[in-house]
Parts: sequence; C-alpha cells; structure tokens
Amino acid sequence: MRNKKIWFFGLYADPPVLLRVILALLPFVLLAVLYLAASNIRHAENPHDKLLPTVSKIVKAIENTGFKKNKRTGTYLLWHDTLASLKRLIIGIMSSAVIGFVLGLNMGLLPGINNLLMAFITFIANIPPLAILPILFISFGVDELGKVMLIFLGTFPLITRDIYLAVKKIPEENIVKALTLGASQTAVIYRVVYPQVIPRLIETVRLSLGSAWLFLIAAEAIASQSGLGYRIFLVRRYLSMDIIIVYVCWITFLAFLADFMLRKLISYKFPWYNLQRSN
Amino acid sequence: MQNEPKHLLFIEDLKKVYKNKVVLDDIDLAVSKGEFCTLVGPSGCGKSTLLKLILGQERTTSGRILMEGRELLLPSDSIGIVYQKYSLYPHLTILENIMLGKQLPVSLWRSFLKKKAIRLEAMHYLESVQLAEHADKYPHQLSGGMQQRVAIAQALIMKPKILLMDEPFGALDPGTREIMQVLILELWEQNRMTIFFVTHDLEEAVFLGTRILVVSQYYTHETNGKQGVNLGSRIVSDYALNRNGASSPQIKETAEFGQLIQRIRNEGFDPKQCQTASEFNLEHFDSFQTFG
Repeated sequence: MRNKKIWFFGLYADPPVLLRVILALLPFVLLAVLYLAASNIRHAENPHDKLLPTVSKIVKAIENTGFKKNKRTGTYLLWHDTLASLKRLIIGIMSSAVIGFVLGLNMGLLPGINNLLMAFITFIANIPPLAILPILFISFGVDELGKVMLIFLGTFPLITRDIYLAVKKIPEENIVKALTLGASQTAVIYRVVYPQVIPRLIETVRLSLGSAWLFLIAAEAIASQSGLGYRIFLVRRYLSMDIIIVYVCWITFLAFLADFMLRKLISYKFPWYNLQRSN
Repeated sequence: MQNEPKHLLFIEDLKKVYKNKVVLDDIDLAVSKGEFCTLVGPSGCGKSTLLKLILGQERTTSGRILMEGRELLLPSDSIGIVYQKYSLYPHLTILENIMLGKQLPVSLWRSFLKKKAIRLEAMHYLESVQLAEHADKYPHQLSGGMQQRVAIAQALIMKPKILLMDEPFGALDPGTREIMQVLILELWEQNRMTIFFVTHDLEEAVFLGTRILVVSQYYTHETNGKQGVNLGSRIVSDYALNRNGASSPQIKETAEFGQLIQRIRNEGFDPKQCQTASEFNLEHFDSFQTFG
C-alpha cells in the first residue's frame, strides 16, 4: 500500500491530470444542471415564466443585445454598454494606480513624506466609498467624473498602502548599495526602487479590479444613461432575467480576462518577479 | 596625526550610543592606502555599526570619520560595499547589475548613449570574476558564491577608494568560501585596492588581512575598572601581518597561524579574560590612541 497514490482525500492527495480537470469542472456542471432542472420545472407549470429563462431565451437575449441594432437607440446595446463601462473602469483604476504608486513609492522611502501623508491616507481608506457616493454625485456631477471618482477613491488608498509595504520590504542594503553606485536620492527612488515595485503594482491593480467593478456597477445603477450596471438595473424593472444573466456572465468574463491578462503580463515582462520570491 | 594625507580613512574618538547603550567607545583608527584590513569581534560588538558609520549611513554620537580628509554625510561612490546578501538587484540581469554603477551617476539619456561602452566595461569586470557566460541570467539563478562574485564586480567597476565587505562569505559553504578568499586576494593585488573586511570568522580574518583589528566589549576600563557588560566596544588589538604576495590556503595549516588565532581569541572573544585598556596590543604602525 505504500506506493499507492492518494487521489482525493487528505494532506498528501495527488489527483491524476484527468481527475484534476474533472474536479475543476464539476461545480460548474452541477450549477448548470441545477439551473436547467429548476428552469424546466418552472416552465412546466408556467410556459411564460420569466424568473429562470430557458437556454433558448438566453440565446435570444444574446442575439438581441449583442448582434442586433436596438430599435430605439440605434446601437448594439451590449457593445455600447461595455464601451461606456470599460472607459469609466479603466480611467478610474489607471488614475488610482498612477497616484497610488507615486504616493506609496515616496512614502515608503522618504520618512518626511510618510509622516505627512500616512495618517491622512489611513483616514481616507477607512471611509466607506459608497457612503460618500451622494457627496461625489453632488460635487462632481452625475456624469462620468462622479463615477470615476468613486472608483478612484475606492481603490487608491489600498494601492498606496500596498506599494508602501512593498517598498518597505526592500532591504536597506539595496538602497545603500545604490548610493555607493553613485545614484542621487532621486535616482534611488525612480531608477532603483521604482522598477523593482512595478510588478507589485500590476498585482495590486489586478486584486483591486474586483472592488473597482463593484464601485462601477453601484455608481451606474444609481445614476447613468449607459453602462453594464445601468442596463442590469434598468431591465430588472421588466423582470428580464434573460438579459441580466447574459450581462452578468459577460461582466464575469471581462473580469476574468483582465485578471488573466495582467497575470500573464507579469510573467512575460517581469520573469524575475515570481521566481525570486521562491528563493 | 591630524588629517594626515597618507591615511585614506581616519577615525578619531568615535563614540556611538543607541538610546542608553554604548555600542562603540573611543575608537581611534587610521587606515593607509593599499591595506587589507580585517575586522573581527564577537557578535554584538558593533562591527556592523562601525561599518554603517564609515559608510555615512548613520551619524556618530561624537568623534569624527574622515575619508581622505573629508567627512561623509551620506553613502557615496567613494566607498564600495559588498554585503552578505542583498547586494544585487533582483530585477536586473547579472550584466545589468554590474553596469548599474556606470549608469546611475549619469542621466538616463547619457547612459543610453553610452550603453555599448558601459556594456563592454561591465563585461570586462564580469570576466575578472570568471562569470562571463552568466551575463544574461538573473541573480536568483546563480549560486550563493556566484552571486557574491557578481557583487564584488559590481562594486569594483566604481573603482572605490575603499571597499567595505560585511561578512561577504558568511553564507557560503567552506569550499566555496576558500575559493572566494583566494579570489578576493588576487583582485586586491591586481587592482591595488584598499579593503576593509568585516567577519566573525577568525581564520578568515587572519588568512586575508595585512592588518587585523579586533573589536571587543570584553576588556577592563583603565580608570573605573568596569568590565564587559555596559562598556562600548573598543579596538583591543591591532596586528600587522606580513604578506608577500597572495598566500595559498596552505598557511592555514601552520603552527603560527593557529597560535595567532588562539591569541586573538583570548584577547577579544573570551568574556572571562579582560585585559586592561592600557595593555591593549596595538602593534600596527598606524595604530594610535587619543583619550578625548
């Protein structure tokens, strides 16, 4: 029995490749089966059920939103909404990445700047962003700026603090060494420490994207004329579950894609980043 | 002795206090050009603190440190440093790590224009530590000994007036360690460097140095008769060793070698044996003491 492989149970389980794939797919298959069964039961009772639309209805919704011009607006709804939402999301997360990075970098290296800003950033970080959404809408308007500001305020404190910690983790020796190699103090910050922290920035952006989506959809739900979140909350009034399901799956896919691409970016552009940590 | 130009490094009446603890007390030290100074001492004696003070990374509580007659306020390119680890930048290849010292002092644009020349020069230094074939690897792909060789080349390209080494071979296995010891002696001779080498390994210190400084907190103060505990470390012995060319590791087997190590162990490393400060064995010709 000593050389028998353990398939599933315990600390030393080592599932074979095929089993791994099956295990990974299993929860998805279960969810699909559960949904189809429930949908069938409901449709047997009432053929016009809206709560759990059939597959054919969902396909129809994909067609209607993605591949047919909307009669009223003259646009392809899904693409139109996606574009509007992605624009807000990207501007919001990019500005908080840039500002969080510069702040975190300087706070981590310069004790004076750290003293000046640390308490304030901690204060901002503790404000629940959604609680000040009305203030943002009032002061920045219900247009694009208000929504971008919500994403920005919701994500930049975390990015700042994460970069700050990453900079703090760089050994003192690393910095003294740079000075002995003739670097000025500015060069230490922007030519020695900066390139070492860039992959960490991409990683925090990747992790912050989840909350960025949350803030985006919340802002769009409340006041907007377009966007993925706007559409979901609009069609909710007509109980159009088919469209909601399509939109939710699409958002999930976009979020997954962004996550995947950022992860690939790190491993292609910064091959040293994941490897040196295992040492 | 004031500012005498023949001394590269000149330390006078240095005292360093952290909170209430005196770490270093009354350190007087002059180092001449071309010397291979090794500094030994028991752990916690303030070796690393002394190094940080010389680098300009920390301030003295009193006394002064002069490099060629000038005080250093920040670490600068006149001093090179090799640490036990973290000398290399993980995000740069081996060659880029060595090139860094030629790039950082000039603007990004200038360093871009001169890239070819810098690359060539860095390659030359990489060859001098026999690692040319690893130029495009990242530090984490090299063994500990190779990493330290890169760190040495990285410091050498700056042609520092003095090269500080803080337990550079402390993390290496005995075989690699000996190879590195021979390598650093060769480089020292070829480049006529001044080296200030901190170690806790007595054998290493005696093998490498032309001058051995023993720093220790185990002594008896000459006036108040206090011993050990809350005394700041001082230089308790200062030996000149004759070295005719790079010696081979075989001398480690000789009797004199062993005796000297034993003597240093008694003078500096044994808390039960405290010499009175006035009896310190300061036989090196650069040695001096002032009582400020």
